[in-house]
Amino acid sequence: MLHIINKSPFENSTLDSCLRIAKSGGAVLLIEDAVFAATKGSAAESKIKQAMAGMKVYALQPDLAARGVADRVIDGVTLVDYAGFVDLVAENPKLQSWL
Amino acid sequence: MMDEMDMEEGGVVKKFMFVNRKAPHGTIYALEGLEVVLISAAFDQDVSLAFCDDGVYELKKGQDTKGIGVKNFSPTYRALEGYDIEKLYVEKESLEARGLTEDDLLVDVQVLSSAELGALMDEQDVVISF
Repeated sequence: MLHIINKSPFENSTLDSCLRIAKSGGAVLLIEDAVFAATKGSAAESKIKQAMAGMKVYALQPDLAARGVADRVIDGVTLVDYAGFVDLVAENPKLQSWL
Repeated sequence: MMDEMDMEEGGVVKKFMFVNRKAPHGTIYALEGLEVVLISAAFDQDVSLAFCDDGVYELKKGQDTKGIGVKNFSPTYRALEGYDIEKLYVEKESLEARGLTEDDLLVDVQVLSSAELGALMDEQDVVISF
């Protein structure tokens, strides 16, 4: 199952909700302002590292680049472009957007 | 009476603070806030900008928005100086929570503690939030 998060982890609790509820073995895709969660040195880094123990974590590269943080992505987070985003949606029969 | 005297000399100058708390690109707040700041420059007021919470990301160096098809307005912060808007304040605690330092920012700013920023906010005549 694919979980998509689009809100900043500093302004909204959707990352926490997702990571609390999502069953391990699935995938989490960070897009829009949620990509800040995938950056090194941030207060969200430990949450993402913990999540990676049980889930695959992806982040949308164009959203990282737009925000000037593409060069500080946490090791182990997989970057995808829009085609990769579509592939993830196509590969996962179930999808939850944590709006 | 005092107000009338000031008006004769070209209007009352008030202290305006624009508080920026949203990341750029994900919502329209950051861009709209910047537009209003530029408009305010035309009124010869005492303008300062505060950046806290995700607003500190507005000033992040190296933004490249080609991939998401929106305008990269971040260079505009560097033009504020040309409009005599030179008081830019960034909250230290917000930078630290995001793993950022002053070197990551694309303009010269004054980094303040939460308490210092709060005191400055308290000195203003008008506070406008984005």
